[in-house]
Amino acid sequence: MSNPGVAIIGVGQTVVGEHWGRSLRDLAVDALLSAIRDAGSPRIASLFVGNMMAGELTGQAHLGALVADFAGLRGIEAVRVEAACGSGAAALRLGCMAVGSGAADVVAVVGVEKMTDRPAAEVTASLAMAADGDYEARQGLSFVALNALLMRRYMHEHGVRREEFAPFCINAHRNAVGNAHAMFPFPISADDFSRARMIADPVSLLDSSPVCDGAAAVILASVDTARALGRRAVRVRASAVGTDTIALHDRGDLLELRGAVTSAARAYEQAGVKPADIDFFEVHDAFTILSVLSLEASGFAKRGEAVRLGLDDEIGLDGRIPITTMGGLKARGHPVGATGMYQLVEATLQLRGEAGANQVRNAELGMTQNIGGSGATVVTTILEAVA
Amino acid sequence: MNAPHTWRQQAQRYLLEGVQCTACDHRMFPPRAVCTECGAASMRPHRFCGGGEVYSYSFVYHPPAGHEEFAPYPVALVRLDEGPLVAAQLTDVATDDVAIGLRVEMVTRRVREDSADGVIVYGYKFRPAIPPARR
Ligand SMILES: [Zn+2]
Repeated sequence: MSNPGVAIIGVGQTVVGEHWGRSLRDLAVDALLSAIRDAGSPRIASLFVGNMMAGELTGQAHLGALVADFAGLRGIEAVRVEAACGSGAAALRLGCMAVGSGAADVVAVVGVEKMTDRPAAEVTASLAMAADGDYEARQGLSFVALNALLMRRYMHEHGVRREEFAPFCINAHRNAVGNAHAMFPFPISADDFSRARMIADPVSLLDSSPVCDGAAAVILASVDTARALGRRAVRVRASAVGTDTIALHDRGDLLELRGAVTSAARAYEQAGVKPADIDFFEVHDAFTILSVLSLEASGFAKRGEAVRLGLDDEIGLDGRIPITTMGGLKARGHPVGATGMYQLVEATLQLRGEAGANQVRNAELGMTQNIGGSGATVVTTILEAVA
Repeated sequence: MNAPHTWRQQAQRYLLEGVQCTACDHRMFPPRAVCTECGAASMRPHRFCGGGEVYSYSFVYHPPAGHEEFAPYPVALVRLDEGPLVAAQLTDVATDDVAIGLRVEMVTRRVREDSADGVIVYGYKFRPAIPPARR
């Protein structure tokens, strides 16, 4: 089922960073109220909150009611949505279902994560909950280690060197410079990349997105309602979830990223478009290897060849397929359950022509892909500028 | 990790016990109720032999809570001789000897720090296979 009639009519986001002075609820309410203002303050019927680890890291569950309460929306329908690092876009998917089905007129979706209240080892252990708890995490495999297993195997099968992943990090940091909400708005050199210390060999610090806090939100309405409200709308042409085995070791083909193949294929079908029609692509670059696998699974490169897109500078703002146009997870930051919503806010800004120095020229069709775990949940969204 | 949680996985942790599909004979680890090959929901226990080879590997420098005392440590996806991949730590191996294709065998080791309730968590790790002549 496509969502022909759903539009994004407002967006909001907090700066991504280590917000020692701000709580989970502060961040969520900040992003949500910004989005509601941006939408012209319509009456909100339902709220979906995307979040992964509030229970483990801040001792707080029940985020639907919490955020509704503190945002001054007491009484509305509100629930939390969890799909590991894919929680943000998964929440958007439910919002689209609510509007598309006619169940709700105007829907708010906010993604939020507060990661910096706990010590690093606890955050690492909580992130590993995205994997198979008994057969990956409790064997001592961190989430970084799982991505390292993917990267090592990719390098082995395709004869790729570690240095060849550098363009994905360099591009993300270059684009973050122009994003006032980014955590790391500074450039990185190829030398920096080769010298970076290892987190889980061959994944280095500069292959990895940071632990941080943030929240981002959008307001959804039917295209008709958007028109009635007189808002600048960006249309949701597709929103599709695909799943795969929770554990890496249960994949028939480790490097295929089946969940992304399925999710992207469903999104292309809903929108009636193909990869060549997409003007920019917000990939889930939690690790450089995920950018590579995501580009291949989504049809932008053949198997084993996505590294070339980076080396040939096809991923920059003027390239064939610009990715991570506002810094991506690597340099804007990866507040896990909020990430999918940051991607959607950024894509909306691109399609409204409000991306400033990072504006992709003639951007009409943008795609985002939000990945939960090592690819067990993948949410692909396609947005279109509406004239 | 609490006592019941550790206790109920003894067969997996100590014996590498998975399942075999009674319809198509496909073998899986860990156990699951529905066959990944044919969809049948009829399984019998199957104990894996413990031999295999390294399919991919990494070294963990920033361990999750409960594994700090062992860091850095090697981890791997091991392709078992019967087919499935299993995720586990490697042990008794020099860093430079870890490689894709390395023959390994399952051994029982402490897999994480002892839990607060005193449970010592043993489980499988893999070490370089000792050739038959040296056994
Ligand atoms: Zn079967």
